[in-house]
Amino acid sequence: MSDLLWFFAISTCLKLLLIPSYHSTDFEVHRNWLALTHSLPLSQWYFDETSPWTLDYPPLFAYFERFLSIFAYLIDPQIVDLQKGLNYTSNSVIFFQRITVILSDSCLLYGVYRLTKDLDSRKRILIWVLVFWSPMLVIVDHLHFQYNGFLLGILLISLSFLEQGKDLAGGFFFAVLLCFKHLFAVAAPVYFVYLFRHYCWCGLVKGFRRLSVLGAVVVAVFAVAYGPFVYHGQIQQVLRRMFPFGRGLCHAYWAPNFWVFYIILDKGLAFFLRKLGFAIQTPEASFTGGLVGDSSPFAILPQITPLATFAMVLLALAPCLIKAWRNPQPGMITRWVTYAYTCGFLFGWHVHEKASLHFVIPLAFVAVQGLENARHYFWLSIVSCYSLFPLLFEAQEYPIKVLLLLLHSIIMWLAFSAQFTKGEEAKAAVRIKKKDEQLKLKGNSSRADKKEGFVIGGVEKSYLVGLLVVEIWSQFLHPLIFGDKLPFVPLMLISIYCGLGIMYSWIWQLRWIIRSPNL
Amino acid sequence: MERTKGRKVVKDKEVGDGDLCWWLVHKGISASFLCIAVFALLVRVAISLHPYSGAGNPPKYGDFEAQRHWMEITLNLPVKEWYRNSTTNDISYWGLDYPPLTAYQSYFHGLFLRFFHPESVSLFTSRGHESYLGKLLMRWTVLSSDALVFFPAVFYFVLAYHSGRSNGPKTHIAWHIAMILLSPCLMLIDHGHFQYNCISLGLTVGAVAAVLSNKELVACFLFSLALNHKQMTAYFAPAFFSHLLGKSLRRRNPVLEVLKLGLVVLGTFALVWWPYLHSMEAFSRVLSRLAPFERGIYEDYVANFWCTTSVLVKWKRIFTIQSLKLLSLGATVSTCLPSMVQQIWAPSNQGFLYGLLNSAFSFYMFSFQVHEKSILLPLLPASLLALEEPFLLKWITLCALFSMFPLLYRDKLILPYIAVSTLFVLTYYVPSGRQDRKEMHSFNSFFTTCFVSCSVVLHIVYLTMHPPHRYPFLFDAMIMLLCFSQFTLLAFYTNAKQWMLMKRSVLLDKEKKLH
Repeated sequence: MSDLLWFFAISTCLKLLLIPSYHSTDFEVHRNWLALTHSLPLSQWYFDETSPWTLDYPPLFAYFERFLSIFAYLIDPQIVDLQKGLNYTSNSVIFFQRITVILSDSCLLYGVYRLTKDLDSRKRILIWVLVFWSPMLVIVDHLHFQYNGFLLGILLISLSFLEQGKDLAGGFFFAVLLCFKHLFAVAAPVYFVYLFRHYCWCGLVKGFRRLSVLGAVVVAVFAVAYGPFVYHGQIQQVLRRMFPFGRGLCHAYWAPNFWVFYIILDKGLAFFLRKLGFAIQTPEASFTGGLVGDSSPFAILPQITPLATFAMVLLALAPCLIKAWRNPQPGMITRWVTYAYTCGFLFGWHVHEKASLHFVIPLAFVAVQGLENARHYFWLSIVSCYSLFPLLFEAQEYPIKVLLLLLHSIIMWLAFSAQFTKGEEAKAAVRIKKKDEQLKLKGNSSRADKKEGFVIGGVEKSYLVGLLVVEIWSQFLHPLIFGDKLPFVPLMLISIYCGLGIMYSWIWQLRWIIRSPNL
Repeated sequence: MERTKGRKVVKDKEVGDGDLCWWLVHKGISASFLCIAVFALLVRVAISLHPYSGAGNPPKYGDFEAQRHWMEITLNLPVKEWYRNSTTNDISYWGLDYPPLTAYQSYFHGLFLRFFHPESVSLFTSRGHESYLGKLLMRWTVLSSDALVFFPAVFYFVLAYHSGRSNGPKTHIAWHIAMILLSPCLMLIDHGHFQYNCISLGLTVGAVAAVLSNKELVACFLFSLALNHKQMTAYFAPAFFSHLLGKSLRRRNPVLEVLKLGLVVLGTFALVWWPYLHSMEAFSRVLSRLAPFERGIYEDYVANFWCTTSVLVKWKRIFTIQSLKLLSLGATVSTCLPSMVQQIWAPSNQGFLYGLLNSAFSFYMFSFQVHEKSILLPLLPASLLALEEPFLLKWITLCALFSMFPLLYRDKLILPYIAVSTLFVLTYYVPSGRQDRKEMHSFNSFFTTCFVSCSVVLHIVYLTMHPPHRYPFLFDAMIMLLCFSQFTLLAFYTNAKQWMLMKRSVLLDKEKKLH
């Protein structure tokens, strides 16, 4: 336990040092939520429009902000003032909000503690290094400003209960998580199938009883969260705020997912058909402009509706769901959940680049299970961390993000090659044998991998070199050659290049899930 | 003796399963150095986000403005004008008072600044220049100097130091690297307060490494450069002088050896001072700039002998500056004499490192015009000796941090102060990696608890309470007293330790003969 705290404390020191750095508009968003939950009665939380940054998270998160606002009021009443607090950037508010993020990371600490307490010490240390010192969490939470560490902590707690076979508690925490941030709902189908088959599938009477208990727990959580708003008859307004489909398929900066390729294909087709003499109208709305209206932004390909993205996600999830249905085993749940988030990231509606945290952080627990997994993780976490670079566009943070990624890569390379060397083979095999039934599958696969050390394949290596080229081009060469012209090209390039990487990772995960043996 | 024996037992043990950093050392020293260095650089970048000394505080600002002003002067005036008072160069406003190598460094950094942000170094108009980009570029000049001078020097030192030692667990080497690179005081002063100590200290570390690997000429060259970057580096001069002299005397042709070393030193100096060697007048003008005796024997509340005893004896009132100069010179030389004698008599690598520490201590205690920041100089050899004297390192670092607390408070660097001190304590106590460090003498532990609780109380008092009107610097004086007492004890201890080394080697020789 003290070892765990040591790793966590080191990262906390760094987070403290980063307090005065750049923060995005999300900082003001959260400050506004503090103010509105503090100064308005509950019935007006989802109606308030004093600031453009209206409340669009589920109620539990609003309660969380209400809780924080008590302390904010004690420290500086202006923080929670709805009018005077607008765009307030004094030291008090910066320190207060930054420190709430740092403190709320203790939830992540507990989640990691629960998930790693039964592992052998070396793997445990690897996981701590990967999660607590994750550059992505530092970039998104402690520079850009969000509460992902806290939310991911809840997810990890839920996963740890499932891995231990305590399905009810796992389901409970997942329901809580959904009431904090609904974007985590992508994994709900996996949870549903898994819990149904693993927890409720045991004879008709007992199964039915368990199903109703589980259902009651979930309904209770949702009732606590949404009850007051149902009482005020506002549930429609709440849902409208939480699901703003009007925002369009892609975010202003394209998350590196499948839709990037769809847009590029459309642009390419339109370009060629125009060359061939067809009269193709230029769509009124454009993706590079940022805001997207109701008109179709595509010239040729059919428009994508939220429903279509939903169907795509489900379709992509299908193989995993079938696996989970056929053989619901606790050892695979983390892998399935991360796969679900990968699908949601790739095919979802209006995905933010930050959502890649949802699968990269839990994947760290999978990464230590074998050489193949470690290789995949090494590569994926570099790519997705790089895709977060455009979040920090100011010169002051440039060395920070580069050093964070560099340090992470070096640590991963050192740690994985230390873990997966020939000398460790025998030791590891002995350790694996000692493990309980649940982990049998992982043992099988990792023993098979241990024939060679930790080496990055040729394709992966050249891809990573390509990453460097993309960075040099978009940071230095593009401004040098084009000046201020075509400002969207560097961002587009990063999206496309990272999109390729994430697609590859998706295919890799899918293959692994399909190939995993049915016991 | 018992402690060292205990440690050897632990050393022989393989890196255990419970060791937190087993993965760090797997690929060898270079890989772990790379990893720790990147982390150390990251911490430095993070510190540099915070305010610098004198930020938004006209008309004089602080060290940041001084360095920026030097860039402005060196960039816009010919070399001969740099140290001369004229209509274009107002010496009373942060006039250049460091040796020529600093001036050249300012010139090159000035070129860098001018390329990206010409307004920040333009003559006259840039005085008190403060901007987002200006701060950033200045910070980057320190970061790059650190990465290009201090880090490679430390790497060279670690290779030299560990090549001649019995193989302990590799994690000890990693720990040693971390202790040197993550030295909290150096990071706070260079990247928070704003100075370029990393260059002069880096050159010194390089010289030490050269001495350890028996390349005396390289050592002389590097140390002369260090001296020419910051005259404060002279704190180490007695140790270098005595060790190299002692070594040369043991060679076949002592006079020739000394002559060679002297020539290298003279040559380096001539090279650096070349633009000022054409006339005696120019030379002496620069020299007089380097020794600002008119500023008094001490400044602020530095925890050295003169300042602390001035509570009882009003040195400044009793003596003239002239006699104070002699007094401080006499005190400094006489206190570092024992360590010099030891090194001339029996030069050894170990003794050399202790000698560095002792001579730096005696300069800090007794020399003329000492700042709080000068504690960085004794800190450096202490961190180089981390594996021998872990307790000493912890103690001196905590005291030094504490002694700089009022300074950092004025610079609004309390947050990095807390974060970096915590980081130091955490890296010092890597759990389960170094059990040997945990066992401590009961006397020591009582002593430690006393000091730590005192300092915590004083921190809180300093931050929350106002001093009485009659004694506005009461708390500063208390901090000074506490730190002075610790530094004195440590200085006595290290001097004794250096002499004990000899005894031990004699004992070892006798044992060998007996066997």
